Amino acid sequence: MISVDVKKRLGAFQLDTQFEAPNGVTAIFGRSGSGKTSVVNAVAGLLRPDAGRITIAGTALFDQASKTYLAPQQRRIGYVFQDARLFPHMTVMRNLGYGGTHDAARVIEVLGLEQLLDRMPARLSGGERQRVALGRALMSDPQLLLMDEPLAALDAPRKAEILPFFERLRDEVQVPILYVSHDVSEVARLATTLVIMEKGRVTTSGPVGTVLSRPETVPLVGPRAAGAVIETKVAGRLLDDGLTELAFSGGRIMLPGLLGVLGQTVRIRIPAQDVILAKHRPADLSALNVLPVTITQVAQGKGPGVAVGLRAGEDQLLARVTRRSALRMELAVGQQIYAIIKATAVGPEDIGT
Amino acid sequence: MIEALGPEEWTAILLSLRVALVAMLAALPLAVWIAYVLARKTFPGRQLLNGVVHLPLVLPPVVTGYLLLVLFGQQGPLGGFLDQTFGITFAFRWTGAALAAAVMAFPLMVRAIRLGFEAVDPGLEQAAATLGASRWRIWRTVTLPLVLPGILAGTILGFAKALGEFGATITFVAAIPGETQTIPTAIYGLLQVPGREPAIVSLVIVSIILAMGALLVSEWLARRMAQRLGGT
Repeated sequence: MISVDVKKRLGAFQLDTQFEAPNGVTAIFGRSGSGKTSVVNAVAGLLRPDAGRITIAGTALFDQASKTYLAPQQRRIGYVFQDARLFPHMTVMRNLGYGGTHDAARVIEVLGLEQLLDRMPARLSGGERQRVALGRALMSDPQLLLMDEPLAALDAPRKAEILPFFERLRDEVQVPILYVSHDVSEVARLATTLVIMEKGRVTTSGPVGTVLSRPETVPLVGPRAAGAVIETKVAGRLLDDGLTELAFSGGRIMLPGLLGVLGQTVRIRIPAQDVILAKHRPADLSALNVLPVTITQVAQGKGPGVAVGLRAGEDQLLARVTRRSALRMELAVGQQIYAIIKATAVGPEDIGT
Repeated sequence: MIEALGPEEWTAILLSLRVALVAMLAALPLAVWIAYVLARKTFPGRQLLNGVVHLPLVLPPVVTGYLLLVLFGQQGPLGGFLDQTFGITFAFRWTGAALAAAVMAFPLMVRAIRLGFEAVDPGLEQAAATLGASRWRIWRTVTLPLVLPGILAGTILGFAKALGEFGATITFVAAIPGETQTIPTAIYGLLQVPGREPAIVSLVIVSIILAMGALLVSEWLARRMAQRLGGT
């Protein structure tokens, strides 16, 4: 458990952030300029807060009250910077070993670095650099890993190439991670807990599925990015049709492509704008996925859209419809309706393992 | 050409090399430290320090030489102290020539080394700190290797400047053959005597060779550094 309480004045900007991060991956999400990087810098010891307290498993790294302030060297925190910051005059091997050689063989194997060891950083691609930076941080045997938008500088194919490494890392290495990002797909795939920041303050936080499926989250992440995240299990593979059937508490969803093996857990994000609502079970529809749901919330936004919170079994879904439709359908809390999800709406970037 | 160089000229050449070399070795640690402070630290009086360091670059060399004479002469406050306490004498000695050369070359060295420090991303030092490296280890393994091209450039530039220093040297320690007569002061002395043109031409050629050599060596070093950073 990491507990963060940081107050810091930076020019006209006031950082005043409090949150708790349980083990697992905690994503700090917010627009650029919301103070995300300042928070992780404070945790790393690169930025000294004016007041507050930062603890890991009860041990204070910084505590204004008792005048505790550990130097970065004493914190045992691995930091993967957005720009990797590999030492340009050292080979990959020397970069990796700079902070220690903890679990070296496995880190090199998990991150696929065997072929890169003798290279200089200038000869690495952006994705390779981030993998080396991550390996270097892990080999210093950190008690916490900070990742500041490690994929922001990469194009979509590079991201797709590196994300599976991150997922494997999350599942295999028992180090809690604070992951700064402004990309909802990344957050949905990797994070277990989500902290949303705005103008230096935490606006909402909690388990990623709960936070992202709340209608209140829509204005925070933007209407296009909003959408529920649910954990499903592979229940069937329809080889002839090239579809995978996923089961969750609210029913079954079919997605294109063959994902994973039977029984495997797959986490999917269902964008709110791709969920259609119907008052009656529709017939003769091309969409494969029709789920009975109960309305839990109807939230008016500033624009023409309305965010509708839905319960499907024990999971929460989120739909975004126009205000006009909401009025015409007389949507109200407690109503039993149907959610229609087009199978192709869930893109590959929204599917994690 | 070589025949035109008499023993007196050879003495001047060797003395010039010794003066420039000693001046560089003595000035280098201080230049690196000042350059680091100017590049990285903010403190009251930073501009003043910057000004003092650059003063020899803009002052007439004769004025610098005169100030050295006043401060480091036998009766000067610093010169007297150093003479009595450590037995180091500058006035009219080759050590004085080295001091003058070091002072005159200092601004050029600091400028080049400072540029080197400014080119090192402090983010790399932060990264090293999060990996547990002590400040000394960061300096030794990250900062210094990356600033080395700047240090080399500054040293070679300073060496060339020290070889050619004239005004401050002749004012401070005169041109005593075998003690303080360097290549430039020797050339100047020979110019006062009719019929010594062959020796003058020879010393001029030697000067050009030394200067070109320094430039080529610095180019070669810079290229090797770049190769190492971008290497395979």
